[in-house]
Amino acid sequence: MAEHEAAVHAHHPPTGFIRKYIFSVDHKIIGIQYYFLAIFSVIVGMTMSVLMRLQLGWPGQQFGFLKWIFPNAAADGTISPELYLSLVTMHGTIMVFFVLTTAPQGGFGNYFLPIQIGAADMAFPVLNMLSFWTTFLALVAMIGAIFVETGVVGPIGGWTGYAPLSALGEASGQKGQTEGVVLWIISIALFCIASLLGALNFITTMLNMRTKGMSLTRLPLSCWGWFTTAVLALLSFPVLLAGGVLLLLDHVAGTSFFIPANLYVNDKLITEHGGGSPIMWQHLFWFFGHPEVYIAILPGMGATSHILATFARKPIFGYRAMVYAIFAIGLLGFFVWGHHMFISGMDPRTGMMFSLITLTIGVPSAIKTFNWLGTLWGARIRFTTAMLFSIGFVSLFVSGGVTGMFLGQTSLDLQLHDTYFVVGHFHMIMGVAAIFGMFAGTYYWFPKMFGKMMAEGVGKLHFWLTFIGVNAIFIPMHIMGIVGAPRRYAFHWNEVTGEGFEYLKGIVPVTKFVSYAAFFTAAVQILFFINLAWSLYKGKKAAVNPWEATSLEWTIPSPPPHDNFGGHEPTVYHGPYEYSVPGAKTDFVMQTDPTGAKAGG
Amino acid sequence: MSEAGVESYAGASEWDGGALPYKVGHKKLGMWLFIMSDSLTFGALLFAYSYARIASVEWPKPFPFFPSIVFSSVMTLCLLSSSLTMVMAVSAAKRRDKRTARKWIFATMFFGAAFVVLHLIEWGHLIGDGLMAFELPEEWLKMWPGASPLFGATFFGITGLHMFHVFSGLCYLGVIALFIKRFDEEHVEVSGLYWHFVDLVWMFVFPLIYLLSIKPS
Repeated sequence: MAEHEAAVHAHHPPTGFIRKYIFSVDHKIIGIQYYFLAIFSVIVGMTMSVLMRLQLGWPGQQFGFLKWIFPNAAADGTISPELYLSLVTMHGTIMVFFVLTTAPQGGFGNYFLPIQIGAADMAFPVLNMLSFWTTFLALVAMIGAIFVETGVVGPIGGWTGYAPLSALGEASGQKGQTEGVVLWIISIALFCIASLLGALNFITTMLNMRTKGMSLTRLPLSCWGWFTTAVLALLSFPVLLAGGVLLLLDHVAGTSFFIPANLYVNDKLITEHGGGSPIMWQHLFWFFGHPEVYIAILPGMGATSHILATFARKPIFGYRAMVYAIFAIGLLGFFVWGHHMFISGMDPRTGMMFSLITLTIGVPSAIKTFNWLGTLWGARIRFTTAMLFSIGFVSLFVSGGVTGMFLGQTSLDLQLHDTYFVVGHFHMIMGVAAIFGMFAGTYYWFPKMFGKMMAEGVGKLHFWLTFIGVNAIFIPMHIMGIVGAPRRYAFHWNEVTGEGFEYLKGIVPVTKFVSYAAFFTAAVQILFFINLAWSLYKGKKAAVNPWEATSLEWTIPSPPPHDNFGGHEPTVYHGPYEYSVPGAKTDFVMQTDPTGAKAGG
Repeated sequence: MSEAGVESYAGASEWDGGALPYKVGHKKLGMWLFIMSDSLTFGALLFAYSYARIASVEWPKPFPFFPSIVFSSVMTLCLLSSSLTMVMAVSAAKRRDKRTARKWIFATMFFGAAFVVLHLIEWGHLIGDGLMAFELPEEWLKMWPGASPLFGATFFGITGLHMFHVFSGLCYLGVIALFIKRFDEEHVEVSGLYWHFVDLVWMFVFPLIYLLSIKPS
């Protein structure tokens, strides 16, 4: 069997441009393809968020450039409520699926999981390529949804696509809910297929392809992050796929899975549908949706652990506890979907159970946090940009996580549901913390991926300005939420027309402040993109092991050759975090170093 | 982990790298994982069906014992037989008897194709009666006033997806059988795993969709 498997994977380096860079089966090229797909998506998603903040800060004011961007949708220079809601939907969907799910797992995971376990490629290289191109098709369909209907840039129902609005189509009488939502569903379904096939590939690779000596406790924590994420993706995406197929049938086959009888929408009684349940969509969606939150954050946790140990020059504190905590978070993540539905009319006793399990997730999360702090305690920290972003990750994970404790309680959630408190909470933890994990991964692994160092000075400036910026955006949102500002409203108080919620007049200055902070933070990201592009061409050449790290990716050239280890299989003798071992010649012992260990005694 | 002792890997557990911990190759492990994933797709659909059925005031029970249940039992028998012939194919492949393995795979495909044909005939009858994905026949509404139109939606949705899986399996087995010289026994076994899984799904669909909807006599 072993020889047979080896023969399958000894594919030769391709020579033509198309096979090498476009339809490549090399996990490293595919990883880079995923990464740049996410970069494209994040630019689209971030632009949308800037437009949303413009509307929220100055509703009703005319801006000439909006006429130029949206000749139909914003003909008078203002963003209409429909346009605003479609921006909300597309911002959310693109960010969650094509950035948070794609870059950490498809990008870094694809590139570094095989290398960190000492394999030449993924278990199924062709399937890997197909996963990427299916994801690409999904993105094409999603971008298509921006353009198919006039007046909006996509569906208006939010990234959760709540039924019955999302299921009604033309009958809803709303823009964005016909061709736009059909393309949106097709895109999500394609994305589900790509993700579950990718997940299957990751799991097989990590179980079957570890090199000699790479026991489970010698795996870098980043591998455990990607592995657990893959398990979650394998078991949650098929459920969304099923839900998506049913939603599509409601649109194109006239079924009524999610549409109840006697629905009255836009002054019209819906007669052609009936018998379904919108709550069923919520169950199917959130059974996927909650694990999805961990799909976004777990790779960040893994990368952060890996990077913290590297630059703290200390072994990670409590390796096993870290692994078990990742498992616990992944497992519990499947039993808490109901906490998104506390106000859907569920039995309070059911809500209590969901609440209890939700709060239990605080335990493994706290274990991880304290272990990170334990790793930093008494360390001689090297404050590289990657390290700063990792510490920033821990900080944001705490400030985004504690508010989860508020929302997980049914009694408090009744008040805070669908307010800006929720927006602040999930952006802090799932959005910004996960993105900080990606930034950390980029600054850390860029030298290996492209053979060039990134500029550290600009990187540190980027970190500090971003860190200040995101806190300035999202901390005030919590306060707005407690005051009672609802989310998914195109404005709270319109100063031009004097419309809106009287009781929210007082938070207008806060809203403007958040908008300014958002513009500032978005502008700061230009530093990152310039750094990325400049370093690609003009960066200092990277050595094999610029960070003096121990794991396998730092034993091979930057960038690595086609088959990673030049035809031979590395042998592993140590765990991944042998830093500052007493008696060793250097303050780090490579995983492949057979001698350094003796000195350690 | 900080005590950096050299642990030799020779003779260590197969979980310590350089070995296949479950003693199965990538393809077989990959197929098991796919089956886990796909069973959740069907699980979600059967959940949706159960949810819709329980939440409805009235649910049609339109299948008389004869001919409907007898007919669908014959379909079930076809699938069960195809599983048996698939076992024979895998066993022949294990003996390196590719010629016999191919014959048994063709037998499996015959039963699988018979299932699809019978299923389509059944669909044809139901559609002829006026059952659509979005509405019930007039007569059914007289018999079960206020019955949920989701009967058709769940029936065609779930059996349709299952039939698509059977059809994909037929194509998959066809490739294995036609080019069996290029494939080893593991390939045959992995295709068998998929086929048994598709059968197993039917063993949930048949009682939930058919047997729970037998027309009271």
